[in-house]
Amino acid sequence: MNQKLWSGVLLCAVVMTLVSCAGGTEADSDEIVIGEYGSLTGTTATFGISSKNGIDMAIEEVNKAGGVLGKSVRVIVEDDQSRPEEAQTVVTKLINKDRVVAVLGEVASTRSLAAAPIAQANGIPMISPSSTNPKVTEVGDYIFRVCFIDPFQGLVMAKFAANTLKVKDVAILRDIKNDYSVGLADVFVEEFQKMGGRIVADESYSEGDTDFSAQLTSIKARRPQAIFVPGYYTEVGLIARQAKQLGITAPLLGGDGWDSPSLVGIGGAALEGSYFSNHYSMDDPSPAIQKFVADYKARFGAAPDALAALAYDAANILFDAMRRANSWEPSKVRDALAQTKDFPGITGKITIDKDRNAVKPAVVLRIKDGKFEYVETIAP
Amino acid sequence: METFLQQLINGISQGSAYALIALGYTMVYGVLRLINFAHSDVYMFGAFMGFYLANARWLQSSLGTSVAAAVVVMLGAMALSAGLGILIERFAYRPGRGPARFTPAFWFGILGAAFGHLTGETVASTALGAGAGVVLGVIVEKAGLRPVPQHSRLALLIIAIGVSLFLENGGQQAFGADPKFFPPIIATTVLPVGPLIIDSQRLVVLGVSVALMVLLEVIVNYTKTGKAMRAVSFNLDAAKLMGINTDRIIAFTFALGSALAAAGGILVSLLYPRIDPLMGVMPGLKAFVAAVLGGIGNIPGAMLGGLILGLAEVMAVGYGQSTYRDAIAFIILVLILLLKPAGIMGKGAVEKV
Amino acid sequence: MRRKWIFWLAAFAALALLQATLRGLIGPYNYQIVILVGINIILAVSLNLINGVTGQFSIGHAGFYAVGAYASASLVYYGGPEIRPLIAFLPPFAQNAVLLLLGLLAGAILAGLAGLAVGIPSLRLRGDYLAIVTLGFGEIIRVLILNVDAIGGSRGFAGIPQISNFFWVYLAVIITVVTVHNLVNSSYGRAFISIRDDEVAAEAMGVDTTRFKVLSFVISSMFAGVAGGLFGHYTSFLHPNSFLFTTSFYLIIMIVVGGLGSIEGAILGAVLVTVLLEVLREFGPYRLVNFAVLLVLIMIYRPQGLLGSWTLFKRPKAAAG
Repeated sequence: MNQKLWSGVLLCAVVMTLVSCAGGTEADSDEIVIGEYGSLTGTTATFGISSKNGIDMAIEEVNKAGGVLGKSVRVIVEDDQSRPEEAQTVVTKLINKDRVVAVLGEVASTRSLAAAPIAQANGIPMISPSSTNPKVTEVGDYIFRVCFIDPFQGLVMAKFAANTLKVKDVAILRDIKNDYSVGLADVFVEEFQKMGGRIVADESYSEGDTDFSAQLTSIKARRPQAIFVPGYYTEVGLIARQAKQLGITAPLLGGDGWDSPSLVGIGGAALEGSYFSNHYSMDDPSPAIQKFVADYKARFGAAPDALAALAYDAANILFDAMRRANSWEPSKVRDALAQTKDFPGITGKITIDKDRNAVKPAVVLRIKDGKFEYVETIAP
Repeated sequence: METFLQQLINGISQGSAYALIALGYTMVYGVLRLINFAHSDVYMFGAFMGFYLANARWLQSSLGTSVAAAVVVMLGAMALSAGLGILIERFAYRPGRGPARFTPAFWFGILGAAFGHLTGETVASTALGAGAGVVLGVIVEKAGLRPVPQHSRLALLIIAIGVSLFLENGGQQAFGADPKFFPPIIATTVLPVGPLIIDSQRLVVLGVSVALMVLLEVIVNYTKTGKAMRAVSFNLDAAKLMGINTDRIIAFTFALGSALAAAGGILVSLLYPRIDPLMGVMPGLKAFVAAVLGGIGNIPGAMLGGLILGLAEVMAVGYGQSTYRDAIAFIILVLILLLKPAGIMGKGAVEKV
Repeated sequence: MRRKWIFWLAAFAALALLQATLRGLIGPYNYQIVILVGINIILAVSLNLINGVTGQFSIGHAGFYAVGAYASASLVYYGGPEIRPLIAFLPPFAQNAVLLLLGLLAGAILAGLAGLAVGIPSLRLRGDYLAIVTLGFGEIIRVLILNVDAIGGSRGFAGIPQISNFFWVYLAVIITVVTVHNLVNSSYGRAFISIRDDEVAAEAMGVDTTRFKVLSFVISSMFAGVAGGLFGHYTSFLHPNSFLFTTSFYLIIMIVVGGLGSIEGAILGAVLVTVLLEVLREFGPYRLVNFAVLLVLIMIYRPQGLLGSWTLFKRPKAAAG
């Protein structure tokens, strides 16, 4: 029986040694190593994968053009399984074992919030491509984001609803499992009511649900003139369909979570005449955007969604900051990031403000003939 | 009032979706006393097989959108899923009942394929990896590695969980994690009945579910194979003694259950055309609740349980708090198990000491 | 008696020494893994008490874990500002210790109450039904947490003071293992085991199966609550996603893989599964696929778990006759 004990101990020892030694490659002096964490598996896998694609493309382009400060860039990607403690573990690994000089991530504010303190404590700049909860950048001065924050986006749609669509009665259908959705909905409610509007219904669903007929039937009974659905495209498509099937004619309003080439695929004709706020419009004739879209399509076989575009911008802003600082040393990069002004990103001209959030206008798009059509720009 | 009726219709169609999945759970549990956690993933697999079939160009060019196309898609997906079910039973659950040759070869082959794909990212490297794994598995088996028979129920449950994790994560790799749109293979028309909106697809789903349930009842109660199934679920050893090839019957049960799950997957995808590799997780859990609600092992019970659960959920969401939707299923479960553990149609088994 | 004092003194000293040096020795990444292993050990050993020792098939452990985590975090986060002034005379680390202990106490008590709430109705159920009910309770608890805004709901509970560390986690590990070990080897333990082996016979022999089953649930969930508190105060952030039923599944996997029924098995299982999941990161996107296949293989070829029913410490001899 002693044999079993010793083999057990040995097993543990071997495994722990493996963990500490294996994989910890020393960075080549010819390389700049950055880290990326995202949900590559789990319920929000598609967002992690989109972001990864955007970052991969940015890195390929920059390496083809000679790298940053003469060195090629390499990214180490880790999966956090959509769980916050996993996010903490992998960011710790990236910073302490892989010795990355900067971290890109995460899409979901909850996981950004979980991991940011670690980046902050280690003095490694972290850029979130699309976390919109204001609290994320409040963690510390090493935490940045390249997207706008919930308070702004919610205001954008409230303004649009009140001033452009001129509706008074709006119903809300929010995703209770999703802090992005809840945040946007809260801000919209507050702002819209401030502008004199009425919230006639406030229903919720859970990310992953497929049947919304119960909530939609309740909403229909209250006769809203528009329905604000600040969720992810994965559910919004189905919601639109079922709303149409139930005979609801009010247009749907949404946020950048709608942005995906799959939205119209899932929602079909039911989405006609709906609006959502976004970071950019794929139809924008600007050559930079068209080139990005074409390159992305060629590389990944699908059109890029907002997450991919934001991740692409996040990576490029990082490279730009390194160039401006003339160094990849974390504290210098941090300072350069903080001074970013009018960076020409795919998702708009990005200026980083004193709270390390991106100041950029939002566009409102309408869905017409299955395409996203630009309607107006709303500036901060 | 019209809202209430509308919610009623919503509930019934939601419920028939749960019922279809519940049928498979109840059958396998009846025969093997196993909660087949992987069942919900076979449901997902069926939906994806239907997706690929429906989008196949040869189908679109020859049959287009028609009842014939729908039937082909349905039967094709059911057949493929039955195959998956048989594979799972053969290589994951049967090793617990006795010798199951080539089990290591199967699993090592899968590990090898994953490794091959990871390192090479080509079909060739994947195949090479798979081949190496299979060979290694055969060698290991010849060298004496044998499965341990007579598993405890808990070990079987863990295996089921393992298979489920495997299918979900494997699905995310194989099919891609992003949700896909299931094409409408049956044209749908909206039938206004007074102030209510009923679309024909919901009627089709309900109709097909009922038809499948009737078919299942016929198979189980009026065929020889069905009799064998009932015998096996009554007492496995006695059935063996009576000369029934229990392995074959169990495989058949799995095939049948998996085919039903696939049918469920496709019917649900008609109503809610978004599919993704994790689509089975929550519906699977709820369908199991439905099966228990109706009396596990009881086929009409599973259908009834599904309908009741669907209705309860929709009513709770429509008239109460929509955020507690997921909890409703489990609250019902707890209540039923406290008040009538055998389920609505189950027979209360008296435990003799 | 003296041996006990020496044991505890030595343990304290060792833990304190490790606390001071470990992070520097093995790096923050490995330190993080060691902490998570410790928390999983507490969870696995406590789950083993219900499943392995008392034979009650419970797969809702994540629910008690969650209750403990949120209860402890709430107490320290909301109550901290009130309590600190009362103990301001203590040095900071002692203040943190007091807060942590209060938090863990709250976590244990509330998790224990949850265990009571789950245990009592479950009495009538056996085997698979019990499993599903416990799974259901775990999910109900998670959905309830998701809906309470004061503790973050879907946004997560941020800003929890980070007052848990290696010392506290492994002190808790030692206390848990010693307590459960003593429990199993006492008359209570014999009652639990008798319920597992043959509940009807135990009842016939005069064992109050009801009382002991509930006791088993409550004790087990209290430890899970402590683990939750330690977890929350280490990660400084809580979100219901960490308490899905997949977490309960991972815990079950740990105790079965290690060897159901033995504390050593639970410990080994916790270490192995946690570390394996980290090591498998090398396999990139196939990490969980490989984990699943390995799991199936282990269960097919060694269903009794890696250690089986082997134990390190000898069980007391059975009564004569």
